[in-house]
Amino acid sequence: MKNSIAFGQYCEGSSFLHKLDPRWKLVLAVLYIVTIFLCKNVFSFVLVGVTAVGLVLLSEIKPVLILRSLKPLIMIICITAVINIFWLKGETLLWQFGPVSIYLEGIFNALLIVVRVVLLVAVTTLVLTYTTTPIALTDGLEQLLAPLARIKLPVHEFSMMMTIALRFIPTLLEETEKIMNAQRARGADFSTGSLAKRAKALVPILIPLFISAFRRAEELAIAMECRCYTGGEGRTRMNVLHSSYRDVVAVLVMVAILAGVLVINRFAPGYSISM
Amino acid sequence: MNKIIEASHLSYAYPADEEGMAPHVALRDVSFSVNEGEFVAILGHNGSGKSTLAKLLCLVLEPDGGQLYIGGKNMTDENVSDEDVYAARRQVGMVFQNPDNQLVATIVEEDVAFGCENLGLPSEKIRKRVDSALATVGMTKYARHEAHRLSGGQKQRVAIAGAIAMRRKCIIFDESTAMLDPAGRKEVMETITKLNREEGVTVLHITHYMNEATMADRVIVMSDGCILMDGTPSEVFSRPEELWKANLDVPQTTELLWRMKKAGYDVRLDIFDPRLCAEEIARALDEKKD
Amino acid sequence: MAEIVIKDLTYVYGKGTPYEMKALDNVTVTFKDNMITGLIGHTGSGKSTLVQMLNGLLRPDSGEVFLDGKNIWDEPKEISKVRFKVGLVMQYPEYQLFDETVRRDIAFGPGNMGMKPDEIEKAVEEAARFAGLKPHLLEKSPFDLSGGQKRRAALAGVIAMHPEVLVLDEPAAGLDPGARREILQRIRDYQRESGKSVIIVSHSMEDMAMYCDRVVVMANGAPVIEGTPAEVFSRAEELYSVGLDVPEVTKVARALRDCGVDIGLDIYTVKFAASRLPGVIEQ
Repeated sequence: MKNSIAFGQYCEGSSFLHKLDPRWKLVLAVLYIVTIFLCKNVFSFVLVGVTAVGLVLLSEIKPVLILRSLKPLIMIICITAVINIFWLKGETLLWQFGPVSIYLEGIFNALLIVVRVVLLVAVTTLVLTYTTTPIALTDGLEQLLAPLARIKLPVHEFSMMMTIALRFIPTLLEETEKIMNAQRARGADFSTGSLAKRAKALVPILIPLFISAFRRAEELAIAMECRCYTGGEGRTRMNVLHSSYRDVVAVLVMVAILAGVLVINRFAPGYSISM
Repeated sequence: MNKIIEASHLSYAYPADEEGMAPHVALRDVSFSVNEGEFVAILGHNGSGKSTLAKLLCLVLEPDGGQLYIGGKNMTDENVSDEDVYAARRQVGMVFQNPDNQLVATIVEEDVAFGCENLGLPSEKIRKRVDSALATVGMTKYARHEAHRLSGGQKQRVAIAGAIAMRRKCIIFDESTAMLDPAGRKEVMETITKLNREEGVTVLHITHYMNEATMADRVIVMSDGCILMDGTPSEVFSRPEELWKANLDVPQTTELLWRMKKAGYDVRLDIFDPRLCAEEIARALDEKKD
Repeated sequence: MAEIVIKDLTYVYGKGTPYEMKALDNVTVTFKDNMITGLIGHTGSGKSTLVQMLNGLLRPDSGEVFLDGKNIWDEPKEISKVRFKVGLVMQYPEYQLFDETVRRDIAFGPGNMGMKPDEIEKAVEEAARFAGLKPHLLEKSPFDLSGGQKRRAALAGVIAMHPEVLVLDEPAAGLDPGARREILQRIRDYQRESGKSVIIVSHSMEDMAMYCDRVVVMANGAPVIEGTPAEVFSRAEELYSVGLDVPEVTKVARALRDCGVDIGLDIYTVKFAASRLPGVIEQ
């Protein structure tokens, strides 16, 4: 009940997307992002747009939730759109007032950029956040990057760090809230005054928070040692990831879509855009 | 009877923070042994050295002096290898005070699996052990839950499951009930008792709560880095004055009986059940009347 | 003089989310002046939420909180003044210490109130005395203190604000029996000497019985039993029914009656029980 901040926002489910292997989901997301950036005209955008809608249907997640994930981006989207509308020069002048001029190409470009950002964020949240637990994602990443361990990259350590970070984020958020309340009860004021004053007001929160985080880290290190943790070597996993026919199908379809976009770019007419 | 832990003349001092300061002596000349399958409670005020002792037994700290045998193997020998230490750690596990700071993974069953994964067991075997460990502590329903959303008592049971899954012969509970509410404490104590009675796990339970100590087979009382008393709960709690002096307490039943004894009644002090205590008082009052 | 009156208070966590939960349900209760009131309830009974209502850390969804007859939310901008009047010591308060010395840490609250330096000095020394911190400890870093001392330093940090009402959430949690007795005794002495109102939230029936003048029992978001410890603990069945316990000695008294020895059911401390037994006087 204290955790009103939903971190990770995984939505329990057993849809096609939920069941995909996290490793392949990462591949899928990367492929989709590449595809979006390859899109050059309206038709290819329609294709990736349809793909996105298809993914939403496959995930069985309420579209409202996906729209909600876009909320924090509204400002960025607006700013990019405005910059494109006012700064991009084209051939078809629509409106001019003094130095300000708006071209059809500008509006069109702004629109496509907005679509691109929206699709990018919506699909990655859908595939990697809403239908994948952070833990599964970390596991997927670790196993996907496992070959890199051979060239002495600390893949296991990185993934253990991620696991622990994910585990402790809610705990530390709760702790921050507690400390803030404690200092507020002693008359600390975090919401009024100049920037410098507010920054100073953070000291009574940050110091106890750091001290407690270090204490936790120390205790956790001892606990891990007691539980026979000696690093990644010789370690096995309970949940071994298994790819299935689903993963193969999903990746093949995504590759096909990518190819489709390339074909459309090459042969279909339409407005091409520049970034 | 096999001795799982054997300590003789253990001592430990924390090095001084600053130069010129005296090191802080936490343990001096501590000797005791624990038999396999025993349930031992360790009592002591804050700073009496009981947590330091727990860390020595888990081989997190090395003693400055004395000998420590785990499962018959000398851990204080000069040429003890890392492998020997790992082997000993497999036998003796620890559950800590703050339930939040010992859970590594976000999901309950993955945390329980953590220790087994470190041992390098094959995944099907880990799966089996995790499932049965969760069943033992009654947390099967929560296997896929997020650990941080559980109550304190549930978190501690998850930590216990992690130790059971590693097939530990001995589990040390370092004030594992101190931060819990009465319901959580009861949950954890029931689990500990069950482990000891049914699974034959050796239990060392460090606590401030006297009524928890009455459930043990044996109570060790520590004060200022030394062992003050070592005996059955009956023997230990029959000496309330000494316990009070060591900044500890006795169960209320014992305190009441002690007050009666002071007033000249002939009563036993080692009764911890309210009903039996009432019977003893009634008997003593009756006797006095005659 | 400071009485807290709570009227028809309701509070819901996470409104509109799947985690929605009614923490307080139409609570009406009075915390009287010049005494120690104990607030008991199992986890989730709403007592911690209620505590955060008393000094305005949380704002009720409906209902009022009156401090000395004045609704604390009449002027929301002045809510920090209420926090000085109702001093709250949170659970495990030692984790809020932050300053270089204990003295400066205790002075944090008084400083926020805008006290003058000499007033602060006086308030700090007095609070440290109440909390049982020896003067030489004031110059130490709070992180070099022992667990019990840290707890008492945090307590001093709130007492130094001269609150009309002192609220403590689980002041003795996690301490050993000696440190437990010491901090509770100090809180009691503080109340007796200052004549102010103190509210203690705790799980420990034994502690509540020993140190409180009045007990309020919470269950399912509302108070269910109120009265003196003797009155409350004599209603063991009702306490059991809301998932609470009674002190061990109360159980002994009940069992004694079954054995034909009636020393009353309103027993709640060992001393009290002993005094009812023939020939056993209070030592």
